Amino acid sequence: MEKVYYLDNAAATRLDEQVLDVMTPLYFDRYSVATSEFGYSLGVEAKEALDDARSRLAQALGANSDEFIFTSGSAESSNLALKGVAKALGTKKGKHLIVSKIEDFPVLYSARTLEKEGFTVDYLDVDGEGLVDLEKLEALIKPETILVSIQHGNQEIGTIQDIGVIGTICRERGVLFHTDATHTFMRVPLDVNTIAVDLITVSAHTLHGPKGIGGLYVKKGTTLAKIMDGGFQEFDLRGGMDNIPGAVGFAKAAELVTADENIRLAAMRDHIITMVSEQIPDVILNGHPRQRTPQNANITFHYVEGESITLHLDMYGIAVSTGSACFSRSLEASHVIAAIGGDHERAHGSIRLTVGRFNTMEEVIFVEETLKKVVENLRKISPLGKE
Amino acid sequence: MASPYNDLVLEHFKNPRNTGRIEDPDGKATEGSPACGDMVSLYLKVDPKTRVIDDIKFESYGCASNIATGSIITELAKGKTIDEAKKITWQEASEALGGLPKIKAHCSVLAVEVLRSAIQNYEEKHGLVTEKVATTEEIVRKRLKKVMNPIKGLDMVATHLVKEIEITGGVVRIVIDLPETHQFANAIREDAVEKIESLWDIDQVIVEFTD
Repeated sequence: MEKVYYLDNAAATRLDEQVLDVMTPLYFDRYSVATSEFGYSLGVEAKEALDDARSRLAQALGANSDEFIFTSGSAESSNLALKGVAKALGTKKGKHLIVSKIEDFPVLYSARTLEKEGFTVDYLDVDGEGLVDLEKLEALIKPETILVSIQHGNQEIGTIQDIGVIGTICRERGVLFHTDATHTFMRVPLDVNTIAVDLITVSAHTLHGPKGIGGLYVKKGTTLAKIMDGGFQEFDLRGGMDNIPGAVGFAKAAELVTADENIRLAAMRDHIITMVSEQIPDVILNGHPRQRTPQNANITFHYVEGESITLHLDMYGIAVSTGSACFSRSLEASHVIAAIGGDHERAHGSIRLTVGRFNTMEEVIFVEETLKKVVENLRKISPLGKE
Repeated sequence: MASPYNDLVLEHFKNPRNTGRIEDPDGKATEGSPACGDMVSLYLKVDPKTRVIDDIKFESYGCASNIATGSIITELAKGKTIDEAKKITWQEASEALGGLPKIKAHCSVLAVEVLRSAIQNYEEKHGLVTEKVATTEEIVRKRLKKVMNPIKGLDMVATHLVKEIEITGGVVRIVIDLPETHQFANAIREDAVEKIESLWDIDQVIVEFTD
Protein backbone atom coordinates (compact mmCIF):
# COMPACT_ATOMS: atom_id res chain seq x y z
CA MET A 1 0.00 0.00 0.00
CA GLU A 2 1.17 3.49 -0.77
CA LYS A 3 1.90 5.91 2.03
CA VAL A 4 -1.30 7.23 3.54
CA TYR A 5 -1.58 10.59 5.28
CA TYR A 6 -4.64 10.01 7.42
CA LEU A 7 -6.02 13.24 8.86
CA ASP A 8 -9.62 12.18 9.37
CA ASN A 9 -9.26 10.95 12.95
CA ALA A 10 -12.55 12.52 14.00
CA ALA A 11 -14.32 10.03 11.74
CA ALA A 12 -12.44 6.88 12.74
CA THR A 13 -8.98 6.03 14.01
CA ARG A 14 -6.41 3.33 13.37
CA LEU A 15 -6.47 0.68 16.09
CA ASP A 16 -3.50 0.70 18.46
CA GLU A 17 -1.70 -2.68 18.52
CA GLN A 18 -1.61 -2.55 22.33
CA VAL A 19 -5.41 -2.43 22.27
CA LEU A 20 -5.61 -5.43 19.99
CA ASP A 21 -3.20 -7.32 22.24
CA VAL A 22 -5.54 -7.13 25.21
CA MET A 23 -8.58 -7.95 23.08
CA THR A 24 -7.22 -11.07 21.33
CA PRO A 25 -7.35 -13.44 24.34
CA LEU A 26 -10.99 -12.53 24.84
CA TYR A 27 -11.80 -13.90 21.40
CA PHE A 28 -9.75 -17.11 21.69
CA ASP A 29 -9.30 -18.02 25.35
CA ARG A 30 -11.90 -16.28 27.50
CA TYR A 31 -14.60 -16.03 24.85
CA SER A 32 -17.64 -16.97 26.91
CA VAL A 33 -20.47 -14.74 28.03
CA ALA A 34 -20.16 -13.00 31.36
CA THR A 35 -21.92 -15.18 33.89
CA SER A 36 -22.81 -14.50 37.49
CA GLU A 37 -20.32 -15.51 40.17
CA PHE A 38 -22.19 -18.83 40.40
CA GLY A 39 -21.46 -19.74 36.77
CA TYR A 40 -18.59 -21.69 35.26
CA SER A 41 -15.06 -20.39 35.65
CA LEU A 42 -14.70 -19.13 32.09
CA GLY A 43 -17.83 -17.03 32.48
CA VAL A 44 -16.73 -15.68 35.84
CA GLU A 45 -13.42 -14.65 34.29
CA ALA A 46 -15.25 -12.95 31.43
CA LYS A 47 -17.41 -11.12 33.95
CA GLU A 48 -14.31 -9.98 35.80
CA ALA A 49 -12.77 -8.67 32.59
CA LEU A 50 -15.95 -6.73 31.80
CA ASP A 51 -16.23 -5.31 35.32
CA ASP A 52 -12.60 -4.30 35.31
CA ALA A 53 -12.99 -2.45 31.99
CA ARG A 54 -16.11 -0.74 33.27
CA SER A 55 -14.45 0.37 36.46
CA ARG A 56 -11.43 1.83 34.64
CA LEU A 57 -13.58 3.77 32.17
CA ALA A 58 -15.84 5.06 34.94
CA GLN A 59 -12.75 6.17 36.84
CA ALA A 60 -11.52 8.11 33.82
CA LEU A 61 -14.65 10.26 34.21
CA GLY A 62 -14.41 10.39 38.00
CA ALA A 63 -17.49 8.17 38.23
CA ASN A 64 -18.39 4.93 40.02
CA SER A 65 -18.41 1.59 38.21
CA ASP A 66 -22.18 1.26 38.38
CA GLU A 67 -22.59 4.60 36.59
CA PHE A 68 -21.02 3.47 33.31
CA ILE A 69 -22.87 1.30 30.83
CA PHE A 70 -21.49 -0.14 27.62
CA THR A 71 -23.24 0.43 24.29
CA SER A 72 -22.42 -0.22 20.65
CA GLY A 73 -21.00 3.28 20.20
CA SER A 74 -21.78 6.97 20.50
CA ALA A 75 -24.89 6.80 18.29
CA GLU A 76 -26.50 4.25 20.59
CA SER A 77 -25.39 6.12 23.71
CA SER A 78 -26.97 9.36 22.56
CA ASN A 79 -30.12 7.57 21.39
CA LEU A 80 -30.43 6.00 24.83
CA ALA A 81 -29.80 9.30 26.61
CA LEU A 82 -32.44 11.24 24.69
CA LYS A 83 -35.06 8.57 24.06
CA GLY A 84 -34.48 6.92 27.43
CA VAL A 85 -35.07 10.16 29.33
CA ALA A 86 -38.04 11.03 27.10
CA LYS A 87 -39.59 7.61 27.74
CA ALA A 88 -39.01 7.83 31.48
CA LEU A 89 -40.06 11.44 32.06
CA GLY A 90 -42.35 12.26 29.11
CA THR A 91 -45.57 11.50 30.92
CA LYS A 92 -44.29 12.34 34.41
CA LYS A 93 -42.62 15.70 33.96
CA GLY A 94 -43.05 17.08 30.48
CA LYS A 95 -42.33 16.78 26.81
CA HIS A 96 -39.77 19.51 26.15
CA LEU A 97 -36.09 19.12 25.25
CA ILE A 98 -33.32 21.54 24.31
CA VAL A 99 -30.43 20.60 22.02
CA SER A 100 -27.89 22.79 20.25
CA LYS A 101 -28.06 23.32 16.51
CA ILE A 102 -24.60 21.88 15.98
CA GLU A 103 -25.06 18.49 17.64
CA ASP A 104 -23.91 15.43 15.77
CA PHE A 105 -26.58 13.38 13.99
CA PRO A 106 -27.41 10.88 16.78
CA VAL A 107 -28.57 13.69 19.08
CA LEU A 108 -30.10 15.80 16.32
CA TYR A 109 -32.06 12.97 14.75
CA SER A 110 -33.11 11.46 18.09
CA ALA A 111 -34.56 14.89 18.86
CA ARG A 112 -36.38 14.95 15.51
CA THR A 113 -37.77 11.47 16.12
CA LEU A 114 -39.05 12.59 19.51
CA GLU A 115 -40.70 15.59 17.86
CA LYS A 116 -42.67 13.19 15.67
CA GLU A 117 -43.77 11.42 18.84
CA GLY A 118 -45.24 14.56 20.35
CA PHE A 119 -42.27 16.09 22.14
CA THR A 120 -41.23 19.66 21.46
CA VAL A 121 -37.60 20.51 20.92
CA ASP A 122 -35.84 23.85 20.94
CA TYR A 123 -32.70 24.00 18.83
CA LEU A 124 -30.32 26.36 20.57
CA ASP A 125 -28.35 28.88 18.50
CA VAL A 126 -24.58 29.17 18.56
CA ASP A 127 -22.40 32.21 17.89
CA GLY A 128 -19.92 32.65 15.05
CA GLU A 129 -17.34 30.55 16.83
CA GLY A 130 -19.75 27.77 17.68
CA LEU A 131 -20.46 28.54 21.35
CA VAL A 132 -24.05 28.14 22.52
CA ASP A 133 -25.95 31.18 23.69
CA LEU A 134 -26.13 30.67 27.48
CA GLU A 135 -28.67 33.42 28.08
CA LYS A 136 -30.94 31.91 25.47
CA LEU A 137 -30.51 28.51 27.11
CA GLU A 138 -31.67 29.88 30.45
CA ALA A 139 -34.62 31.54 28.78
CA LEU A 140 -35.64 28.34 26.99
CA ILE A 141 -35.78 26.14 30.10
CA LYS A 142 -39.41 25.61 31.15
CA PRO A 143 -41.05 23.62 33.94
CA GLU A 144 -41.79 20.86 31.43
CA THR A 145 -38.19 20.67 30.14
CA ILE A 146 -36.84 17.18 30.79
CA LEU A 147 -33.43 17.25 29.14
CA VAL A 148 -30.77 19.59 27.79
CA SER A 149 -28.34 17.92 25.39
CA ILE A 150 -25.32 20.01 24.47
CA GLN A 151 -22.15 18.42 23.19
CA HIS A 152 -18.76 18.87 24.78
CA GLY A 153 -16.63 19.27 21.63
CA ASN A 154 -17.90 19.67 18.10
CA GLN A 155 -17.35 16.94 15.51
CA GLU A 156 -16.67 19.32 12.63
CA ILE A 157 -15.29 22.59 13.94
CA GLY A 158 -13.88 21.40 17.28
CA THR A 159 -15.43 24.12 19.43
CA ILE A 160 -15.52 23.16 23.13
CA GLN A 161 -18.62 24.29 25.01
CA ASP A 162 -18.56 25.65 28.55
CA ILE A 163 -20.27 22.53 29.87
CA GLY A 164 -19.40 23.49 33.46
CA VAL A 165 -21.62 26.56 33.19
CA ILE A 166 -24.29 24.72 31.20
CA GLY A 167 -24.35 21.90 33.78
CA THR A 168 -24.76 24.34 36.63
CA ILE A 169 -27.63 26.11 34.88
CA CYS A 170 -29.38 22.79 34.29
CA ARG A 171 -28.87 21.51 37.80
CA GLU A 172 -30.13 24.76 39.34
CA ARG A 173 -33.24 24.50 37.23
CA GLY A 174 -33.72 20.81 37.94
CA VAL A 175 -33.23 19.67 34.36
CA LEU A 176 -31.15 16.65 33.31
CA PHE A 177 -28.06 17.46 31.27
CA HIS A 178 -26.58 15.14 28.63
CA THR A 179 -23.33 15.88 26.82
CA ASP A 180 -21.93 14.09 23.79
CA ALA A 181 -18.22 13.76 24.59
CA THR A 182 -17.33 11.56 21.60
CA HIS A 183 -14.69 14.04 20.45
CA THR A 184 -13.39 15.10 23.85
CA PHE A 185 -13.26 11.99 26.04
CA MET A 186 -9.64 11.62 27.27
CA ARG A 187 -8.64 14.58 25.07
CA VAL A 188 -10.20 17.39 27.12
CA PRO A 189 -10.59 17.18 30.93
CA LEU A 190 -14.03 15.98 31.94
CA ASP A 191 -14.74 14.98 35.55
CA VAL A 192 -18.24 14.39 36.88
CA ASN A 193 -17.12 15.55 40.33
CA THR A 194 -16.50 19.07 39.09
CA ILE A 195 -19.06 19.30 36.29
CA ALA A 196 -22.77 18.92 36.96
CA VAL A 197 -23.65 16.43 34.25
CA ASP A 198 -26.09 13.52 34.30
CA LEU A 199 -25.37 11.66 31.07
CA ILE A 200 -22.21 11.49 28.96
CA THR A 201 -21.76 9.81 25.59
CA VAL A 202 -18.30 8.37 24.91
CA SER A 203 -16.87 6.09 22.25
CA ALA A 204 -13.73 4.07 21.54
CA HIS A 205 -13.61 4.70 17.80
CA THR A 206 -12.11 8.19 18.16
CA LEU A 207 -9.38 6.97 20.54
CA HIS A 208 -7.56 4.29 18.51
CA GLY A 209 -9.84 1.75 20.13
CA PRO A 210 -12.14 -0.76 18.45
CA LYS A 211 -15.21 0.24 16.48
CA GLY A 212 -18.61 -0.83 17.77
CA ILE A 213 -18.08 -0.09 21.44
CA GLY A 214 -19.07 3.02 23.34
CA GLY A 215 -20.45 3.98 26.67
CA LEU A 216 -22.93 6.13 28.48
CA TYR A 217 -22.26 7.61 31.89
CA VAL A 218 -25.50 7.63 33.83
CA LYS A 219 -25.31 9.52 37.11
CA LYS A 220 -26.67 7.50 40.01
CA GLY A 221 -30.36 8.20 40.49
CA THR A 222 -30.97 9.45 36.95
CA THR A 223 -34.37 8.41 35.62
CA LEU A 224 -33.72 6.54 32.40
CA ALA A 225 -35.81 3.92 30.59
CA LYS A 226 -34.20 1.22 28.49
CA ILE A 227 -34.79 1.35 24.75
CA MET A 228 -33.03 -1.90 23.81
CA ASP A 229 -34.87 -4.91 25.13
CA GLY A 230 -32.98 -8.11 25.68
CA GLY A 231 -31.48 -9.65 28.76
CA PHE A 232 -30.69 -7.85 31.98
CA GLN A 233 -27.25 -6.70 30.92
CA GLU A 234 -25.81 -3.30 31.78
CA PHE A 235 -27.82 -2.80 35.00
CA ASP A 236 -30.92 -3.64 32.99
CA LEU A 237 -30.48 -0.51 30.89
CA ARG A 238 -29.29 -2.13 27.69
CA GLY A 239 -30.12 -5.64 26.66
CA GLY A 240 -27.83 -7.55 24.34
CA MET A 241 -24.69 -9.65 24.23
CA ASP A 242 -21.85 -8.09 26.19
CA ASN A 243 -19.05 -6.97 23.89
CA ILE A 244 -16.30 -7.97 26.29
CA PRO A 245 -13.34 -7.76 23.89
CA GLY A 246 -14.64 -4.33 22.84
CA ALA A 247 -15.08 -3.19 26.44
CA VAL A 248 -11.59 -4.32 27.41
CA GLY A 249 -10.16 -2.72 24.26
CA PHE A 250 -12.02 0.52 25.02
CA ALA A 251 -10.58 0.67 28.55
CA LYS A 252 -7.08 0.07 27.21
CA ALA A 253 -7.55 2.69 24.47
CA ALA A 254 -8.61 5.28 27.04
CA GLU A 255 -5.66 4.39 29.24
CA LEU A 256 -3.17 4.87 26.40
CA VAL A 257 -4.12 8.52 25.93
CA THR A 258 -1.68 10.72 27.82
CA ALA A 259 -1.51 14.43 28.53
CA ASP A 260 1.71 14.54 26.49
CA GLU A 261 -0.06 13.04 23.51
CA ASN A 262 -2.80 15.65 23.70
CA ILE A 263 -0.15 18.38 23.76
CA ARG A 264 1.50 16.82 20.71
CA LEU A 265 -1.83 16.70 18.83
CA ALA A 266 -2.55 20.32 19.71
CA ALA A 267 0.88 21.30 18.39
CA MET A 268 0.14 19.62 15.04
CA ARG A 269 -3.31 21.25 14.97
CA ASP A 270 -1.80 24.68 15.65
CA HIS A 271 0.85 24.11 13.00
CA ILE A 272 -1.85 23.42 10.41
CA ILE A 273 -3.93 26.45 11.42
CA THR A 274 -0.93 28.80 11.50
CA MET A 275 0.74 27.62 8.32
CA VAL A 276 -2.46 27.55 6.28
CA SER A 277 -3.54 31.00 7.50
CA GLU A 278 -0.11 32.46 6.78
CA GLN A 279 0.61 30.81 3.47
CA ILE A 280 -2.75 30.61 1.76
CA PRO A 281 -4.72 33.83 1.21
CA ASP A 282 -8.51 34.11 1.63
CA VAL A 283 -9.10 31.44 4.21
CA ILE A 284 -11.28 31.39 7.35
CA LEU A 285 -10.77 29.30 10.46
CA ASN A 286 -14.05 27.62 11.37
CA GLY A 287 -14.68 27.16 15.08
CA HIS A 288 -13.23 28.78 18.16
CA PRO A 289 -9.63 30.06 17.95
CA ARG A 290 -8.70 28.80 21.45
CA GLN A 291 -11.53 26.75 22.90
CA ARG A 292 -11.16 23.79 20.55
CA THR A 293 -10.38 20.08 20.68
CA PRO A 294 -6.65 19.33 20.34
CA GLN A 295 -7.15 17.23 17.22
CA ASN A 296 -9.30 19.53 15.09
CA ALA A 297 -8.51 22.13 12.42
CA ASN A 298 -11.29 23.26 10.09
CA ILE A 299 -10.61 25.82 7.40
CA THR A 300 -12.64 27.31 4.56
CA PHE A 301 -10.81 28.07 1.33
CA HIS A 302 -12.69 30.71 -0.63
CA TYR A 303 -13.39 30.30 -4.36
CA VAL A 304 -12.92 26.53 -4.42
CA GLU A 305 -15.10 23.53 -3.69
CA GLY A 306 -14.38 20.97 -0.99
CA GLU A 307 -14.91 17.75 -2.92
CA SER A 308 -12.46 18.95 -5.56
CA ILE A 309 -9.90 19.63 -2.83
CA THR A 310 -10.38 16.26 -1.11
CA LEU A 311 -10.24 14.37 -4.40
CA HIS A 312 -6.97 16.06 -5.37
CA LEU A 313 -5.54 15.38 -1.92
CA ASP A 314 -6.61 11.74 -2.21
CA MET A 315 -4.36 11.40 -5.23
CA TYR A 316 -1.46 12.15 -2.89
CA GLY A 317 -2.72 9.64 -0.33
CA ILE A 318 -4.14 12.34 1.95
CA ALA A 319 -7.45 11.65 3.70
CA VAL A 320 -9.44 14.63 5.03
CA SER A 321 -13.13 15.55 4.95
CA THR A 322 -15.22 18.53 3.89
CA GLY A 323 -18.53 20.16 4.80
CA SER A 324 -19.34 20.68 1.13
CA ALA A 325 -22.72 19.50 -0.10
CA CYS A 326 -21.01 17.86 -3.09
CA PHE A 327 -19.10 15.53 -0.79
CA SER A 328 -22.06 14.20 1.13
CA ARG A 329 -24.38 11.47 -0.04
CA SER A 330 -27.35 13.64 0.76
CA LEU A 331 -25.95 16.67 -1.11
CA GLU A 332 -26.65 18.72 1.99
CA ALA A 333 -24.06 21.18 3.15
CA SER A 334 -22.78 21.09 6.72
CA HIS A 335 -25.44 22.06 9.29
CA VAL A 336 -22.65 23.13 11.64
CA ILE A 337 -21.17 25.71 9.26
CA ALA A 338 -24.69 26.98 8.56
CA ALA A 339 -25.33 27.36 12.30
CA ILE A 340 -22.20 29.45 12.87
CA GLY A 341 -23.59 31.88 10.31
CA GLY A 342 -21.63 30.68 7.34
CA ASP A 343 -23.16 31.13 3.91
CA HIS A 344 -23.30 28.33 1.39
CA GLU A 345 -19.84 29.18 0.12
CA ARG A 346 -18.28 28.78 3.54
CA ALA A 347 -19.44 25.18 3.79
CA HIS A 348 -18.69 24.59 0.11
CA GLY A 349 -14.97 25.20 0.56
CA SER A 350 -14.49 23.89 4.11
CA ILE A 351 -11.92 21.22 4.92
CA ARG A 352 -11.64 19.38 8.24
CA LEU A 353 -8.24 18.00 9.23
CA THR A 354 -8.14 15.91 12.40
CA VAL A 355 -4.89 14.48 13.74
CA GLY A 356 -4.31 11.36 15.80
CA ARG A 357 -1.68 9.29 17.58
CA PHE A 358 -0.12 7.93 14.42
CA ASN A 359 0.41 11.26 12.67
CA THR A 360 3.79 12.94 12.69
CA MET A 361 4.80 16.57 12.21
CA GLU A 362 6.49 15.51 8.93
CA GLU A 363 3.17 14.23 7.65
CA VAL A 364 1.44 17.41 8.73
CA ILE A 365 3.99 19.51 6.83
CA PHE A 366 3.53 17.40 3.70
CA VAL A 367 -0.25 17.84 3.96
CA GLU A 368 0.08 21.62 4.36
CA GLU A 369 2.35 21.92 1.33
CA THR A 370 0.11 19.73 -0.79
CA LEU A 371 -2.98 21.59 0.33
CA LYS A 372 -1.38 24.88 -0.70
CA LYS A 373 -0.57 23.52 -4.15
CA VAL A 374 -4.02 22.00 -4.67
CA VAL A 375 -5.88 25.14 -3.57
CA GLU A 376 -3.68 27.30 -5.83
CA ASN A 377 -4.37 25.07 -8.82
CA LEU A 378 -8.11 24.97 -8.23
CA ARG A 379 -8.22 28.73 -7.76
CA LYS A 380 -6.53 29.15 -11.14
CA ILE A 381 -9.53 27.61 -12.84
CA SER A 382 -12.16 29.22 -10.60
CA PRO A 383 -14.30 32.08 -11.93
CA LEU A 384 -14.29 33.63 -8.44
CA GLY A 385 -11.80 35.69 -6.50
CA LYS A 386 -9.96 37.25 -9.43
CA GLU A 387 -11.07 40.89 -9.44
CA MET B 1 -8.35 3.34 -5.83
CA ALA B 2 -12.08 2.86 -5.20
CA SER B 3 -13.61 5.98 -6.66
CA PRO B 4 -17.14 6.70 -7.89
CA TYR B 5 -15.47 8.38 -10.87
CA ASN B 6 -13.87 6.44 -13.72
CA ASP B 7 -10.27 7.02 -14.80
CA LEU B 8 -11.21 9.27 -17.70
CA VAL B 9 -13.30 11.54 -15.47
CA LEU B 10 -10.46 11.67 -12.97
CA GLU B 11 -7.99 12.46 -15.73
CA HIS B 12 -10.12 15.39 -16.95
CA PHE B 13 -10.61 16.51 -13.35
CA LYS B 14 -6.89 16.38 -12.68
CA ASN B 15 -5.86 18.01 -15.97
CA PRO B 16 -8.84 19.99 -17.21
CA ARG B 17 -8.57 21.20 -20.82
CA ASN B 18 -9.31 24.75 -21.97
CA THR B 19 -9.41 26.41 -18.56
CA GLY B 20 -9.16 30.15 -17.99
CA ARG B 21 -10.68 33.23 -19.55
CA ILE B 22 -10.75 34.81 -23.00
CA GLU B 23 -10.27 38.57 -23.11
CA ASP B 24 -13.05 40.29 -25.08
CA PRO B 25 -14.97 37.10 -25.74
CA ASP B 26 -17.57 37.00 -28.51
CA GLY B 27 -19.91 35.17 -26.18
CA LYS B 28 -19.88 34.34 -22.50
CA ALA B 29 -22.12 32.97 -19.78
CA THR B 30 -22.12 31.92 -16.13
CA GLU B 31 -24.37 29.26 -14.65
CA GLY B 32 -24.76 28.42 -10.99
CA SER B 33 -26.63 25.64 -9.31
CA PRO B 34 -28.40 26.51 -6.10
CA ALA B 35 -28.62 22.90 -4.93
CA CYS B 36 -24.94 22.12 -5.13
CA GLY B 37 -23.55 25.65 -5.12
CA ASP B 38 -21.39 24.90 -8.12
CA MET B 39 -20.72 27.63 -10.62
CA VAL B 40 -19.23 27.58 -14.08
CA SER B 41 -18.30 30.34 -16.58
CA LEU B 42 -17.64 29.84 -20.26
CA TYR B 43 -16.06 32.11 -22.89
CA LEU B 44 -16.22 31.83 -26.70
CA LYS B 45 -14.34 33.15 -29.71
CA VAL B 46 -16.36 32.56 -32.86
CA ASP B 47 -15.29 33.02 -36.49
CA PRO B 48 -17.65 35.72 -37.81
CA LYS B 49 -17.91 34.13 -41.26
CA THR B 50 -18.05 30.41 -40.63
CA ARG B 51 -19.56 30.63 -37.10
CA VAL B 52 -17.01 28.04 -36.04
CA ILE B 53 -15.92 28.09 -32.38
CA ASP B 54 -12.23 28.96 -32.71
CA ASP B 55 -11.48 29.18 -29.03
CA ILE B 56 -13.33 28.19 -25.90
CA LYS B 57 -12.36 28.43 -22.26
CA PHE B 58 -14.12 27.67 -18.99
CA GLU B 59 -13.75 28.34 -15.29
CA SER B 60 -15.25 26.21 -12.55
CA TYR B 61 -16.08 26.72 -8.91
CA GLY B 62 -17.25 23.21 -8.53
CA CYS B 63 -16.81 19.58 -7.72
CA ALA B 64 -14.99 16.95 -9.75
CA SER B 65 -17.97 16.15 -11.95
CA ASN B 66 -18.46 19.81 -12.78
CA ILE B 67 -14.79 20.33 -13.67
CA ALA B 68 -14.55 17.16 -15.77
CA THR B 69 -17.72 17.99 -17.71
CA GLY B 70 -16.49 21.55 -18.33
CA SER B 71 -13.31 20.07 -19.71
CA ILE B 72 -15.02 17.56 -22.03
CA ILE B 73 -17.67 20.00 -23.22
CA THR B 74 -15.03 22.49 -24.34
CA GLU B 75 -13.21 19.73 -26.19
CA LEU B 76 -16.43 18.62 -27.89
CA ALA B 77 -17.42 22.16 -28.86
CA LYS B 78 -14.08 23.42 -30.14
CA GLY B 79 -13.98 23.45 -33.95
CA LYS B 80 -17.73 22.98 -34.29
CA THR B 81 -20.09 25.64 -35.62
CA ILE B 82 -22.33 27.27 -33.03
CA ASP B 83 -25.34 25.46 -34.50
CA GLU B 84 -23.61 22.12 -34.09
CA ALA B 85 -22.27 22.98 -30.65
CA LYS B 86 -25.61 23.98 -29.17
CA LYS B 87 -26.97 20.54 -29.98
CA ILE B 88 -24.43 18.81 -27.73
CA THR B 89 -26.39 17.09 -24.99
CA TRP B 90 -25.54 16.13 -21.44
CA GLN B 91 -25.86 12.51 -22.55
CA GLU B 92 -23.11 13.02 -25.15
CA ALA B 93 -20.85 14.78 -22.68
CA SER B 94 -21.41 12.07 -20.09
CA GLU B 95 -20.77 9.32 -22.66
CA ALA B 96 -17.60 11.04 -23.83
CA LEU B 97 -16.45 10.83 -20.22
CA GLY B 98 -17.39 7.16 -19.97
CA GLY B 99 -20.27 7.88 -17.58
CA LEU B 100 -20.79 9.94 -14.43
CA PRO B 101 -22.31 9.00 -11.05
CA LYS B 102 -26.07 9.68 -11.16
CA ILE B 103 -26.08 11.73 -7.97
CA LYS B 104 -23.61 14.14 -9.58
CA ALA B 105 -25.65 14.62 -12.75
CA HIS B 106 -26.89 18.08 -11.85
CA CYS B 107 -23.36 19.38 -11.26
CA SER B 108 -22.40 18.33 -14.76
CA VAL B 109 -25.63 19.48 -16.45
CA LEU B 110 -24.49 22.95 -15.48
CA ALA B 111 -21.44 22.67 -17.70
CA VAL B 112 -23.64 21.75 -20.66
CA GLU B 113 -26.11 24.54 -19.97
CA VAL B 114 -23.37 27.13 -19.79
CA LEU B 115 -22.22 26.27 -23.31
CA ARG B 116 -25.77 26.80 -24.63
CA SER B 117 -26.08 30.05 -22.69
CA ALA B 118 -22.77 31.34 -24.03
CA ILE B 119 -23.85 30.54 -27.59
CA GLN B 120 -27.19 32.25 -26.94
CA ASN B 121 -25.29 35.25 -25.59
CA TYR B 122 -23.20 35.27 -28.78
CA GLU B 123 -26.29 35.07 -30.98
CA GLU B 124 -28.03 37.85 -29.13
CA LYS B 125 -25.02 40.13 -29.31
CA HIS B 126 -24.56 39.45 -33.02
CA GLY B 127 -28.16 39.80 -34.12
CA LEU B 128 -28.57 36.12 -34.85
CA VAL B 129 -31.71 35.56 -32.86
CA THR B 130 -34.25 34.28 -35.34
CA GLU B 131 -37.30 34.15 -33.11
CA LYS B 132 -37.72 37.75 -32.09
CA VAL B 133 -40.10 37.50 -29.16
CA ALA B 134 -40.70 40.79 -27.32
CA THR B 135 -39.16 40.75 -23.86
CA THR B 136 -41.72 40.25 -21.12
CA GLU B 137 -41.54 40.34 -17.34
CA GLU B 138 -41.57 36.55 -17.43
CA ILE B 139 -38.49 36.42 -19.66
CA VAL B 140 -36.64 38.86 -17.42
CA ARG B 141 -37.61 36.89 -14.33
CA LYS B 142 -36.43 33.65 -15.93
CA ARG B 143 -33.06 35.19 -16.61
CA LEU B 144 -32.78 36.61 -13.11
CA LYS B 145 -33.18 33.06 -11.84
CA LYS B 146 -29.65 32.55 -13.05
CA VAL B 147 -28.32 35.32 -10.82
CA MET B 148 -27.04 33.95 -7.54
CA ASN B 149 -27.79 35.56 -4.21
CA PRO B 150 -24.47 34.95 -2.43
CA ILE B 151 -26.07 35.45 0.97
CA LYS B 152 -28.20 32.33 0.58
CA GLY B 153 -26.46 30.33 -2.12
CA LEU B 154 -29.75 30.37 -4.05
CA ASP B 155 -30.87 32.47 -6.99
CA MET B 156 -32.19 36.00 -6.49
CA VAL B 157 -35.73 35.14 -7.56
CA ALA B 158 -36.08 32.19 -5.20
CA THR B 159 -34.73 34.30 -2.34
CA HIS B 160 -37.26 37.10 -3.02
CA LEU B 161 -34.71 39.77 -3.87
CA VAL B 162 -36.61 40.85 -7.00
CA LYS B 163 -39.20 43.35 -5.86
CA GLU B 164 -40.25 44.91 -9.16
CA ILE B 165 -39.70 44.46 -12.88
CA GLU B 166 -40.81 47.14 -15.34
CA ILE B 167 -40.29 47.09 -19.12
CA THR B 168 -40.90 50.24 -21.15
CA GLY B 169 -39.64 50.83 -24.69
CA GLY B 170 -36.37 48.93 -24.55
CA VAL B 171 -35.64 49.86 -20.94
CA VAL B 172 -35.82 47.31 -18.13
CA ARG B 173 -36.04 48.59 -14.57
CA ILE B 174 -35.44 46.12 -11.75
CA VAL B 175 -35.90 46.90 -8.07
CA ILE B 176 -33.85 44.72 -5.73
CA ASP B 177 -34.89 44.30 -2.11
CA LEU B 178 -31.52 45.13 -0.58
CA PRO B 179 -29.90 48.30 0.68
CA GLU B 180 -27.56 49.82 -1.91
CA THR B 181 -24.78 49.69 0.67
CA HIS B 182 -25.07 45.91 1.11
CA GLN B 183 -21.78 44.12 0.53
CA PHE B 184 -23.20 42.03 -2.32
CA ALA B 185 -25.34 44.78 -3.90
CA ASN B 186 -22.85 45.62 -6.61
CA ALA B 187 -22.07 42.02 -7.51
CA ILE B 188 -25.76 41.22 -7.86
CA ARG B 189 -26.37 44.37 -9.92
CA GLU B 190 -23.57 43.58 -12.36
CA ASP B 191 -24.69 40.00 -12.72
CA ALA B 192 -28.31 41.00 -13.31
CA VAL B 193 -27.41 43.62 -15.93
CA GLU B 194 -25.24 41.15 -17.77
CA LYS B 195 -28.04 38.60 -17.99
CA ILE B 196 -30.63 41.08 -19.31
CA GLU B 197 -28.78 43.56 -21.53
CA SER B 198 -28.07 41.06 -24.28
CA LEU B 199 -31.79 40.58 -25.01
CA TRP B 200 -32.34 41.72 -28.60
CA ASP B 201 -34.93 44.43 -27.87
CA ILE B 202 -33.37 45.83 -24.70
CA ASP B 203 -31.21 48.97 -24.85
CA GLN B 204 -30.83 49.76 -21.19
CA VAL B 205 -31.03 48.00 -17.83
CA ILE B 206 -31.59 50.06 -14.70
CA VAL B 207 -31.09 48.38 -11.33
CA GLU B 208 -32.43 50.11 -8.24
CA PHE B 209 -32.21 49.16 -4.58
CA THR B 210 -34.83 49.59 -1.90
CA ASP B 211 -32.74 51.82 0.41
